[in-house]
Amino acid sequence: MTNPASRDVQPIYFDNAATTFPKPQEVVDAVVGYMTTIGGNPGRSGHERSIEAGEAVFSAREAVAALFCCDNPMRVVFCSNATDALNLAIQGILQNSGHAVTTAMEHNSTIRPLKELERRGGVEVTVVPCPGGHLDVAAFERALRPSTKLAVINHASNAFGVLQRLDDIGEICRRKNVVLLADCAQTAGAVPIDIKNEPVDIIAFSGHKGLYGPTGTGGLVLSERFDHGMMRPLKFGGTGSNSDSVYQPGFLPDVFESGTLNVAGICGLRAGINHILSLQGGVRGIQLRKKELTAYFLARAADRIRGFRSPVPPELVETGVISFAIEGMEPSDVAYYCSDRYGIMSRAGLHCAPLAHESMGSFPRGTVRFSFGIYNTREEIDYAVNALEEISTMKRSA
Amino acid sequence: MNAFSVILFQSATSSIRTARLLKKEGIERKMVPIPRNLSPDCGYCVRIRSEDAGRVKDLLVQGGVEFDRIEEWAEVLINREAM
Repeated sequence: MTNPASRDVQPIYFDNAATTFPKPQEVVDAVVGYMTTIGGNPGRSGHERSIEAGEAVFSAREAVAALFCCDNPMRVVFCSNATDALNLAIQGILQNSGHAVTTAMEHNSTIRPLKELERRGGVEVTVVPCPGGHLDVAAFERALRPSTKLAVINHASNAFGVLQRLDDIGEICRRKNVVLLADCAQTAGAVPIDIKNEPVDIIAFSGHKGLYGPTGTGGLVLSERFDHGMMRPLKFGGTGSNSDSVYQPGFLPDVFESGTLNVAGICGLRAGINHILSLQGGVRGIQLRKKELTAYFLARAADRIRGFRSPVPPELVETGVISFAIEGMEPSDVAYYCSDRYGIMSRAGLHCAPLAHESMGSFPRGTVRFSFGIYNTREEIDYAVNALEEISTMKRSA
Repeated sequence: MNAFSVILFQSATSSIRTARLLKKEGIERKMVPIPRNLSPDCGYCVRIRSEDAGRVKDLLVQGGVEFDRIEEWAEVLINREAM
């Protein structure tokens, strides 16, 4: 095999769990369209550009609501990314008191705000084990206390692609009167999610991963059951409403959306959602195609690459995310050779998820992660398996 | 007798939602700046024909769209302000 510079193909992008690439042309067009033809600050003025911007944002709100089966678009809160959304929910609900339960598969976007509140004092956090990647549901139920306000569950691991069963967890939360926040950064657009019929109170989503929008987009979807008065805003400021008052309005979505929104990004997000829904089978179709690619890769890799180890059985990988290691090699070296010599872009290390790697036995060294998107093909996987085979052989003979 | 009424909202998002709903229903509507005599808010409201006000109110209630109130559109006051 040769250097990608001499290959007659594009470099291969297997880092879609970080952010998806490429973005659909409609997304690019929507972003440019806002900046060149719509303009205007939504909700701030009565002129045509402002109204059009407001309509564009509202139609994105409708698209997000419909995607998650939420009947009321006013219950979609735009944030700047999933981390921002998770911080709003975690800090806004816990404030400075009470108990929270979370899982040992979390990303730092949930565990860090929780641990920060704990370190400041007043908030207690319990991390429930996830042997083999799945939450120990009985241990989760035992961890709940009368003072438990919030459960934070990673819907699918960014490092391992393992999905948690929100229905079982949600039923327990409902019985115990605990708010369930699902971190759907990796599952929005990758796995169907139904906030109306599943017992989830709040969904945090990323706009630039499975929804194919631009970076700088994400948000929360609040179920009808969740009283948003339980969540305090973290930001205060202009909303284009109640301008005569020096106090933050209390109604949705304004209470949580101070300052001008990322309208260009939100226009792109709407186009991204429309794009994935236009693909065959919609989100479910995407999930199935990624599972096929995952199974295809894992079968060939296990067969061809000496010392190939993946800690997750193929049937448990739901989001096209594969963590692996090659025995005797540092994951960072494997990823470096993939990128430098073969033009394959992946991510090595702990993937901002040290707890998840501890749960799966890959801490502190981490793994190499390949994460597939809607544009990846079997041909790319064939090329990558050949590359990994060469890398493993090359290294051993050196 | 005024020919127009305006629907006032707490949230600008609700006004956009209303304008879209009324468009879908084929009801004449226009987004206009909130008349200063009705509210100190600096956003916009939805102007409709007064004769549609009853039907619009029903649609908003059915559709779960939150609104503050419906008032008659006192255009004369706008003109006086401009003088």
